[in-house]
Amino acid sequence: MHPDDKRSDDKHPDDRHPDDRHPDDRHPDDHTHGPDEVPHTHPEPGIDPHPPLAEVPRALRIGIGGPVGSGKTALVAALCRALGGQLRLAVVTNDIYTTEDADFLLRNGVLPAERIRAVETGCCPHTAIRDDISANLDAVEDLEVALGPLDLVLVESGGDNLTATFSKGLIDRQIFVVDVAGGDKVPRKGGPGVTAADLLVINKTDLAPLVGADLSVMDRDARARRGDLPTVFLSLTEDRAATPVADWIRGLVAARIPA
Amino acid sequence: MSLATLLVLADGRLPAGGHAHSGGLETAVSSGRVRTVADVGRFLCGRLFTAGLVAAAFAAAACARPDRWAELDDGLDARTPSPALRKASRAQGRALLRAARAMWPLPAAGREPHHPVALGVVAAAARLDPAAAAVAAAHGSVTGPASAAVRLLGLDPYAVHALLAGLAPDCDRIAADAAARIDDPVDALPAAGAPLLDIGAELHATWEVRLFAS
Ligand SMILES: Nc1nc2c(ncn2[C@@H]2O[C@H](COP(=O)(O)OP(=O)(O)OP(=O)(O)O)[C@@H](O)[C@H]2O)c(=O)[nH]1
Ligand SMILES: [Mg+2]
Repeated sequence: MHPDDKRSDDKHPDDRHPDDRHPDDRHPDDHTHGPDEVPHTHPEPGIDPHPPLAEVPRALRIGIGGPVGSGKTALVAALCRALGGQLRLAVVTNDIYTTEDADFLLRNGVLPAERIRAVETGCCPHTAIRDDISANLDAVEDLEVALGPLDLVLVESGGDNLTATFSKGLIDRQIFVVDVAGGDKVPRKGGPGVTAADLLVINKTDLAPLVGADLSVMDRDARARRGDLPTVFLSLTEDRAATPVADWIRGLVAARIPA
Repeated sequence: MSLATLLVLADGRLPAGGHAHSGGLETAVSSGRVRTVADVGRFLCGRLFTAGLVAAAFAAAACARPDRWAELDDGLDARTPSPALRKASRAQGRALLRAARAMWPLPAAGREPHHPVALGVVAAAARLDPAAAAVAAAHGSVTGPASAAVRLLGLDPYAVHALLAGLAPDCDRIAADAAARIDDPVDALPAAGAPLLDIGAELHATWEVRLFAS
């Protein structure tokens, strides 16, 4: 039933829990402590406390967050189009409709099914990317096991509010996507996505005249909130390859791979 | 044994994947079987005395003898007819091992053992005793669906937590029984089943729109 698992019965004696070992097998460093000693612990003999080293550098992981409908999936699709031919790429989606985002990517033919995993978030999209990232980590790991080494994994969060942010345990860099249709006040409101994301994307600039959004106000407020962190304006209906975002990612990937 | 360590392991905020699982509640809600706080109370009671009872027995046994994990894992497979529930249990076992590995040195227990087996192995690594592992298993079998009920039905969180407090003595009793049976052969351990949870889990896995992983 577990062909790949090493059953405990064929384990080397030193792999057993120290308490299960025969006293004669105990670590030679076992020693007693005087009553006046500072409390301290010893590493468990026989158990390697270090996580196994990855054989190859793991993929760069980029989180893509932002409010509902701001264009996260459209951005992922554009990045797949722009980068899919150059980089070994996979996508994890956290959509409320478990397969909605994945289906969109499949329908649009930007990524084959085996390169996409969907994660269910139990009504809490921010929990799945911030407080309890286990399902997302499992999805990334499963992709790497199934596909072999990857250069880039994009993790799209479920649409949430301005306070959602990715854990650094899950991703290396994060992009926050807002859109002009939400009003030109959004950058001013701040929140961790707007203020601290490694890249802020202000999407749907084509709609600005229709909703009376002033892009210069958004630009000024974003600068005020973000200091030196970069912000790009984008219209995914006009730029189907998300050029400024794809270039930013190319730069990150190049910086990781020694020439 | 450290009580504070048990609290760390049983804390609902432990990042071990539990928040995405409703323990069958999402199906029960969607089919209209669970609507009110009283319904939730009956659901939790049913779950505790079936899935919770089995989980407690296997967690206690795995805590007493972590080297038996594979045999216990097979025993849980035999007690889990629904493939969707097996998958959910293994996903949560894997997530628990991932979280625990950062806290305590763990012995081998496979890549994704069933959750109660992982819980027992982790409890042993944290120097907890079998009764503690069992109480964490029993309690965990109802806290997950209780918080799912608050999220899915918008129920009064105080009323739902009062249900959990009411079930606490039952959790303790189940854990004590489980701790008394750690030397039983796997086949003699409890095998209480909940066919509606099995059927519901299989239906749930086919839904196009769902909020919880199980
Ligand atoms: N006009 C215009 N529409 C856009 C643009 N980018 C995306 N859209 C549209 O906005 C809608 C929402 O885009 P999605 O990519 O699904 O947004 P999302 O952020 O993934 O949404 P959720 O996952 O539901 O939170 C779709 O109808 C897109 O076609 C854009 O630049 N301009
Ligand atoms: Mg989307």
